[in-house]
Amino acid sequence: MLSFQPDRSQYPQPGPDGRLEVDLETGKYLKLWQGPNHPGITGNMSVELTVCGDEVVEGKTHVGYLHRGFEKLMERRTFIQVFPIVCRVCVPEPDFNEYCYAAAVEELAGIEVPEMATWMRTLILEMGRFNSYMMFLGGISGSLGLGLVGQWMTYVRDLMLDRFEELTGARIYHMFILPGGVRGHLPEGFAARMEEVLQTAEKYLADVDRVMFSNSVFRLRTEGVGVIDPALFERFGVTGPNARAGGVVKDVRKDSPYLVYDQLDFIPASGKDSDIFTRVKVRRADIDNSIGLIRQILEKMPKSGPVMARLPNVLHWKIPRGETYIKGECSRGEYGYYMVTDGSGYPRRINVRGPSYTHAMALLEHLIPGTNISDVAALMVSLHTYPPEIER
Amino acid sequence: MSLREVLTPFTAWKHVLDAPVTIPDPIGREAAERYRGFHQNDMETCIGCGTCEAICQNGAIDMVPVEGQVTEKGDSGLRPMIDYGRCCWCALCVDVCMTGSLTMSNEYTWVDTDPDAFRFIPGLEEPWKDKEAGYRREGGRELSGTKRSHMGELAPALRGDNFSEICAGFTREEAILEADRCVECGLCVATCPAHMSIPDYIAAVRDQDYDRGLQLLYETNPFSEVCGRICTHKCETSCAALHEGDPIAIRWLKRHIIDNVPMERRLELVGGAKPANGHRVAIVGAGPGGLTAAYDLAREGCAVTVFEALAAPGGMMRYGIPEYRLPYDALDRDVAVIQAMGVEIRCNMRVGRDIALDDLKRDHDAVILAIGLQMGRGTRIPGSEGPGVEKAVDLLRRITAGEDVPVPERVVVIGGGNVAFDIARSMARLQKATHGTVGVTLTALEDRAHFLADAEELIEGAEEGVEIIDKRGPQEVMRDASGAVTGLRSWAVTSIFDDQGRFAPAYDQADERVHEGAMVIEAIGQMADVSLLGAELTEALDWNRGRIAIDAGFRTSEPWLFAVGDAVKGPDVINAVADGHRVAQSVMERVSLQEGIS
Ligand SMILES: Cc1cc2nc3c(=O)[nH]c(=O)nc-3n(C[C@H](O)[C@H](O)[C@H](O)COP(=O)(O)OP(=O)(O)OC[C@H]3O[C@@H](n4cnc5c(N)ncnc54)[C@H](O)[C@@H]3O)c2cc1C
Repeated sequence: MLSFQPDRSQYPQPGPDGRLEVDLETGKYLKLWQGPNHPGITGNMSVELTVCGDEVVEGKTHVGYLHRGFEKLMERRTFIQVFPIVCRVCVPEPDFNEYCYAAAVEELAGIEVPEMATWMRTLILEMGRFNSYMMFLGGISGSLGLGLVGQWMTYVRDLMLDRFEELTGARIYHMFILPGGVRGHLPEGFAARMEEVLQTAEKYLADVDRVMFSNSVFRLRTEGVGVIDPALFERFGVTGPNARAGGVVKDVRKDSPYLVYDQLDFIPASGKDSDIFTRVKVRRADIDNSIGLIRQILEKMPKSGPVMARLPNVLHWKIPRGETYIKGECSRGEYGYYMVTDGSGYPRRINVRGPSYTHAMALLEHLIPGTNISDVAALMVSLHTYPPEIER
Repeated sequence: MSLREVLTPFTAWKHVLDAPVTIPDPIGREAAERYRGFHQNDMETCIGCGTCEAICQNGAIDMVPVEGQVTEKGDSGLRPMIDYGRCCWCALCVDVCMTGSLTMSNEYTWVDTDPDAFRFIPGLEEPWKDKEAGYRREGGRELSGTKRSHMGELAPALRGDNFSEICAGFTREEAILEADRCVECGLCVATCPAHMSIPDYIAAVRDQDYDRGLQLLYETNPFSEVCGRICTHKCETSCAALHEGDPIAIRWLKRHIIDNVPMERRLELVGGAKPANGHRVAIVGAGPGGLTAAYDLAREGCAVTVFEALAAPGGMMRYGIPEYRLPYDALDRDVAVIQAMGVEIRCNMRVGRDIALDDLKRDHDAVILAIGLQMGRGTRIPGSEGPGVEKAVDLLRRITAGEDVPVPERVVVIGGGNVAFDIARSMARLQKATHGTVGVTLTALEDRAHFLADAEELIEGAEEGVEIIDKRGPQEVMRDASGAVTGLRSWAVTSIFDDQGRFAPAYDQADERVHEGAMVIEAIGQMADVSLLGAELTEALDWNRGRIAIDAGFRTSEPWLFAVGDAVKGPDVINAVADGHRVAQSVMERVSLQEGIS
């Protein structure tokens, strides 16, 4: 389909250590940095490309531009003091950190969260997922030169941020889900205002369907491109929509339901071609899921009740020795917090599993060789990469 | 690839005529009702406890002095200063604020050319100071638990006819729960006359490290077992938790530590005294003031002898406070530790009678008077002279000494303070044991809400059958023809103080009552018996309104003579302890000075 067909016999061959032997002196190859400042890169990372003509023969991922040492910072904070920093691990979908951290603390400290709070948490997580997908749609279309979708989605996302603001008191870092529950109840009239946003979103998404999925350019550039062989899923730890687009229907919300997901109706979106197009399609369908879930939650959730459990005095809160792994399905796949406590007032160790860690480093390096330079951006975005969660 | 897929994307053009969705002027856009914006602090409600500073994970909050805010009981006088270069608007500071004074407005734009402006003290003059909208913590999210942990007590029915201790003390579980509520602000430390390290020993309870707790107690108070039971616990009146509910039961936690360290271990932990330094100090009176000074001086290596008029040491802790509040063996253990430091207590030695003050002066480098207030004040109303009218402290002393006291079926107590309740409740017990019924009437000038006695005295007194009558002024002790007391005649009180705030009770004479009783007990205050001084010394000393004058170091005008405790200051055990430390320091200064000279 692509006009450019390189002569692969010209390519460098792997040396004894398995790495390609690229001799830049020959003039046949060029090193090209995509990122860290590049519109085709999501966030702060870069891919060091070795190209031969238009074709990429090797891609090395570089991270570290965003390292803030969160996991270490957490070890130096009391259990309550960790709560405001976890959201910062992932900017576009911060709430997952808040939920996983809170749930880990609650499990190890033996705290039972009021029912109302679990509904609120589910609501927040679906709102977060929705917004994460808004950014994704803007990103994937932008990386293929379709800037318009990004503008629409930014607007829709902003409307959802308004809802976040009135519910949580903040737009980006909500700091609303904390160990023991959540910080407040739904504001008066929230459901109606949310419904307005959802309807606006649906209108714009219908437009997106027309300009993106019914767009010959978009299809040409994404169909059959960046295919991940499902056989690799296990090896590269591929989860979430990336796996579902390859026919492996994994969704933590269904497979090991947490919060109130077992009381909600939805069918995880999936596909089978495992290319960029299918991955985007799966996410598009998942947005509809989120919209449906938000509606269901607002309808089914209890109308009143406590949102916080009684905590021990947080100023000197000690948690008994223990360890746990809390996971959930974020917009990119399995998100998890592994936490170890040692009986002191500080977490001994917290490890954050962000799906981008496996998707955007090793897997991307594996997928890049053989693609066209202009496809690398879309390939990377199609894996739905958030560099902050790689660097904790 | 159909033609449709080439053309469909052009449908996007339909939005060309839409109105723009962006807000043209975002400045001034009102944030949501509960938006976490810039901080506000109600300066008057804030107590400067610093809990906000403690919880801030960014170290964005510093407690600083602020003009116009004074340090006083229950208020450090400091206020939070917030650095917006560090703040992350998590609002944990608002969540843990003990008084609810710290909040956040929904204001979020602030432009200034001076970077230092963004380190500011909320509550002074920021434009959003009085803004209503913003983040407030939702109700029911108090940090420290508003209710005190349960503690076992002897039921009223079980305590009527005996002097068994009423309070059982916390169990470990109860103590840990209670200790957990403390926010470690330390306002209590400032209030405690002895400045005990309260938050630290409470932390020791949380950590179940009773050894550390005990050592902390002994750093400031050799009467911790006593104070753990009967301290007036002013600390609890400045506790930050008071603003959310019950103050921390500091006194009971102290007692809990002591109760959990066996005596041998206590002696081990307290350790021994320094080697003898050759100085000799005499102390008159084995109450908490004298014995605390004795403890400190003995630890410093002085040879200390305490002369006590009564048969056993302890002063009012033994001969005043009834056993149901402070069992004698608790007191004995505190005293035993002091004796283990080498302090010699010579009982049944009344100075001025059994030994002269001059002798003490001659044989010692310094003498400390810690004689307390042993003589009860009288009302001087008609009929109050003669048999059948008793002073509360005399009766209490006789009860402790095991002497026979008359126990009529009905008695009347004059006074509304703790001493009045101590004697009323003691008499009630004796009556119950002797007659099977209680017949005690307690009359006080004050109305119920303003009784000088602690609230629990009123509750427990009533439970034990004491009839409490407020707003009554005693006028006459009634006697029959034979001179035997028949009761107390009283008038209703209309006011206690005059316009200038001086004590001048006014009565409604029309409202007259006679409270029946064969004994009237006066419990209206005590005074010191200074006869031991002798005429010459009395003349030589400086006096201050009837009390021996002292300076801040508890020195009298005679360089060899010091005075401490109730006799010069008071009014309770913890003050006697605190002042005992201070007088010991003054004495050490004097003796080391003498050393320098010789
Ligand atoms: C009934 C009552 C209840 C009280 N309840 C409490 C309470 O619950 N909590 C609290 O904190 N405080 C309480 N107090 C107050 C507290 O007991 C006193 O403030 C404290 O004991 C004062 O200590 P002190 O060392 O100054 O004097 P005291 O404890 O009075 O000791 C003075 C000692 O000196 C001796 N003495 C006097 N003259 C001579 C002499 N010439 N020669 C030799 N020895 C002499 C006395 O016999 C006495 O033993 C109470 C007081 C009373 C009277």
